[in-house]
Amino acid sequence: MKKETLARLLVVVLVLLAVALPVGGQWLSNLNHPNTIELHARMPENGGWSMDTIQAKVGKPIQLHITSDDVVHGFAIGKSDQHALEIIPGTFTDTTLRFDKPGKYTFYCTLWCGPNHWRMRGTIEVSGDGTPLALDSQPLYLKLGIDIDSPQAAETIPSDKASAERGAQFSNLLPAYAVDQNTYLSTSPAKLWLRLRAEPTLSSLSDDPLWDAVAWVWQQQTKPETISIGQKLFTANCAACHGETGKGDGVMVRGLPTWSPGSHTSGDMNGQSTGEGLYSPPDFTSPQQLLGASPALLEGKIIRGGMGTGMPYWGPIFTTQQIDALVSYLYTFAWSSTNLQVK
Amino acid sequence: MFQFTPGELKINSGDRVTVELFSTDVVHGFSLDSYNFELKANPGQTAIGTFVASKAGVFRFRCSMACGNLHPFMIGKLQVGSNLLFVRGIALGLLAVIAAFFSPTKIIRPSIEINRMTRLDLTRFPLAKTLLRSRWPQFLLRAVTLAGFIFTILAGLFGSVVGSHNFAIIFVWIAWWTALKLFFIPFGGRSWCSICPIPMPGEWLQHGGILQPRGKGLGLNKRWPKALRGRWLQAGGFLMVGLFGAVTLTSASVTAVVLLATIVLALVLSLVFERRSFCNYLCPIGGLTGLYAQAGPVEMRVKDADVCAGHAEKTCYNACPWGQYPLALKSSANCGLCMECLRVCPKNNIAVNLRPWGSDLGPKTKHRLDEAFLGLVMLASALVDSAVFLGPWGQLKSAAYAIGSFQWLIFAGTFLFAALGVLPGLYAAAVWDSMRQGAVKTTFRQLLAHYSQVLVPLGLMAWIAFTISFSFAKFSYVLPVISDPLGWGWNLIGMSGKAWVGQSTYFSLLLQVVTLAVGLFWASRVARQITGSAKQALPLIAFSGMFSLGMLWLLIG
Repeated sequence: MKKETLARLLVVVLVLLAVALPVGGQWLSNLNHPNTIELHARMPENGGWSMDTIQAKVGKPIQLHITSDDVVHGFAIGKSDQHALEIIPGTFTDTTLRFDKPGKYTFYCTLWCGPNHWRMRGTIEVSGDGTPLALDSQPLYLKLGIDIDSPQAAETIPSDKASAERGAQFSNLLPAYAVDQNTYLSTSPAKLWLRLRAEPTLSSLSDDPLWDAVAWVWQQQTKPETISIGQKLFTANCAACHGETGKGDGVMVRGLPTWSPGSHTSGDMNGQSTGEGLYSPPDFTSPQQLLGASPALLEGKIIRGGMGTGMPYWGPIFTTQQIDALVSYLYTFAWSSTNLQVK
Repeated sequence: MFQFTPGELKINSGDRVTVELFSTDVVHGFSLDSYNFELKANPGQTAIGTFVASKAGVFRFRCSMACGNLHPFMIGKLQVGSNLLFVRGIALGLLAVIAAFFSPTKIIRPSIEINRMTRLDLTRFPLAKTLLRSRWPQFLLRAVTLAGFIFTILAGLFGSVVGSHNFAIIFVWIAWWTALKLFFIPFGGRSWCSICPIPMPGEWLQHGGILQPRGKGLGLNKRWPKALRGRWLQAGGFLMVGLFGAVTLTSASVTAVVLLATIVLALVLSLVFERRSFCNYLCPIGGLTGLYAQAGPVEMRVKDADVCAGHAEKTCYNACPWGQYPLALKSSANCGLCMECLRVCPKNNIAVNLRPWGSDLGPKTKHRLDEAFLGLVMLASALVDSAVFLGPWGQLKSAAYAIGSFQWLIFAGTFLFAALGVLPGLYAAAVWDSMRQGAVKTTFRQLLAHYSQVLVPLGLMAWIAFTISFSFAKFSYVLPVISDPLGWGWNLIGMSGKAWVGQSTYFSLLLQVVTLAVGLFWASRVARQITGSAKQALPLIAFSGMFSLGMLWLLIG
C-alpha cells in the first residue's frame, strides 16, 4: 500500500504543479510589476480598448503593458510627438508614459482595424499640480461662423490645370490682401478667383492665367515639407476611406452610397450623424470639391467630423500644425487634378 | 476577412511579378512559400513588392500578420509555370498501382512458424520486459499527461485569446496532433491510448487504486447497450469534429471546454458502465486510432495458445480494461496496449510483438460494417479538412467558422452529403462492381465490411499527408509557447518571440506526394490480397486512386 500512497502523492503534486504554474505565475508577475497597467487592444466590435480611462499623476511615470487580442493595432497619444507603437496579437509591448501637465489626453489606435477603427480611443486623466494642458484656441471655422455641414461647391473652376509656376509671373500684379495669410485661411480658391476677377487692375489677365495666379498664392502658403508631412498623415489615417489617390474610394467605404450635395441633411438627421461611414467620401480630385473649400472649412471638417457622412473627429488626435499640413496636402489633389476639362 | 482575392494566381516561370497587396479590413501580410518574399499592408495603404518567379511549381502564400482566429488558414495559391510535382505525383501513383499488381500477393497463411519469423517479441529482452511489466513507467507517463491535460484546460480558459500564443491550441492541435498522426499511430498503433489521461480518473475509481486495481472500486459496471456498440458513435463524433472543427481548432477556450467536457463525460460513463466503454464506443480519437492500429506495427498476443487452454482462470480477461481476451485477439483494433494482461498473466504467456505494418489486414481477418463506415467518414474528413484548412477558398473557411449561420448550414450539408452520401456511394459502387466480377458466395453486406480494409492504409496515409502541412509545418510554434504558455508575456526558456510563419517546403511537399503514393500502393496491395482476382481488385483500386488524386490535388495542386 505504500506504493499506492506514493502514486497518489505524485498525482496530487503534479496536478498542483499544473494549477500552480498559471496562478503562481500571475501572482509573481503582479508582485514584480506593481505599477504596470495591462492594456488589451481589441477591435471596437470586440469591445475596443480594455480600459476607457487611465488615471495618472503629473510627473509620475506610468508603465503600460499593451497587447492585442485579435488583430494588429497601434497605440499613440493624441497631439504628441511620440511615435506610434505597433501592437501585435499575443505579444506584449511595453512603454512608459510621463505627463508634465495635468489634463485629459487621448490615446488611440493608429492602424485601421475595420470601419469602426476610429472609435478605438480612450482617455488618460492626468491629475496633479502644474500648468494645465493649454486648451486649443477656438478653431477658425467657428470664429468665422462657417457652416461646415452645408455643401460648398466651387462657384467656378479653371478650364485647364492651373500652374503655380506660370502664376508666379503675375505675382507683382496681385493686391496685398491676396498674399495675406488670413485671406488664404478664410477664402476658398474659387472665392479668391472671383474677388480677383472683380479687380480692375487684373482685367488684362484672362481667366486661366488668373487661376494660375491663385494657384501661386496657394503654393506660397505651404512648404514642400509641410505637404510631405500631410501626405504621411493622410496615408496613415485618411486613405482607408478617402483612398490613397483622394478619389473617395478607400477600402472601408466600398459599396456605400456616394456623398452628394443632395445627401446633405444637416439638422434633420439628429443622432445618426456618427454612423460608421454612411456615405462614400467625395472625390477630392474633382475640382468642384476642394476649390470651393477654404482652409478654415477643411480644418473644421477634420477637427469635428460628422457632417452626416460618418467622418471621424480628429480634433483630439492631430495638432494644429498637423491639421495645417493635412489641409495643405489636400489642395494638391485639386491643383493636380486631371479631370479639369470637365466643366 | 481571412481571404486573399484572388485566391489563386497563375504566372509564367521567369516572370517579374509585382504584387500590390491591399487590405480591406485589418493589417494583413503576404508571405510566399519558398520565395522569402513578404509584404505587409495596412488598410488603405497599398503595399507593393516585386520578385522574379525563378522557381516553378505551386506555392502557397499565407498571411503573415496575425489577423484573427482563422489567420493560420488564410492561404492562397500561386502557380508558377506548370505544376511538375503534381504531374509526377500522378505518375508515381500509377507506378504504385502497377507495383501493387505485380508484387507477390500469394498470401502465406498465418501460422506459428511464420509468426515466429515476422514477429519480434519485446518481452524477450529483460530490460524491455521489466519496463513494460512494471506499473511505474506507464504510471509516470500517465500522471504527466494528466497534469499536462489539466494545465492545457487552464491555459485554454485563462490564457491568451490569441491562439498562436496559447499552450492549449499549440499543444493540442499542433504538437499532440502531429505526434499522434506521425508517431503514435504509424509506429505504435494504439500506443497513445496507453498513456491517454482522459479515461484515467474514471479508471482509477473503477479500480479503487491509481497504481493498480485494488478490487474495491466505484461504479455500477453496467454493460454498454448492444445497440450502441461498434464504431458508429465514434464515427458520429468525428463528423462533429469536422462540422465544428474550424472554431474548436482556432479558439483556445473552446478547445479547453471540449477537453473538460470530454474528461467529465469519460468519468461519468466509467462510473455507470463497465471498463473502458467510453474509449471503446464513444471516443472519436479512440475510433480512428483503433481503425488505423490494424495497420500499426505493434500487437499484444499470447505466446502459446495451449498454455491458455490449460488455464481456466482468465486472469487476463478479468484484468483487461478494454474487455478483450488475449487468446481470442485477432486484431489490434480494440487493444489499448495498456499491458495489464502482461502484468497479471501467471504463466508469462503474453507477448508484445513488433510486427510488419498492416498485419491485421488480409483475406482471413474479420471486419464489420461500422469499420467501413468509420473508414469512409475518415476519408471524407481528410478531404474536407484539407479543403477548408489548406485550400485557397476563403469563403469556405468563413462558412465553416460561422457556426449556425446560413453559410455554415450549407457547408455542414455539403460535408455530411460528402461523408454520408458521395463517398459511401462511390465505395458501395466499387464493391458492387467488384462483386459482379467474380463468383463470390458472400453477400453484398459482408463484402462492404470485408473490403473496408482497403480504407485503412488509404486513410492512414492520407491523414499523415494532411498532417504534414496542417501542423508539422507549424512546429516552430511549439518552443515559443513552452516559453510563454499562457501568452502573458513570460519568457521561461528564452524562446518567446515571433514564430516562423510555417511554410511548406519542397521537402514537405515531396514527402506528402510520397506518403500518398505509399497509401495508394498499400491500399491496392490490400485490395489485391483480399479479392479473388485482379478484375475484382480493380474497382477498389480505382476508388483508392480517385481518393488519392483528390488528396494530391488538395495538398499539392
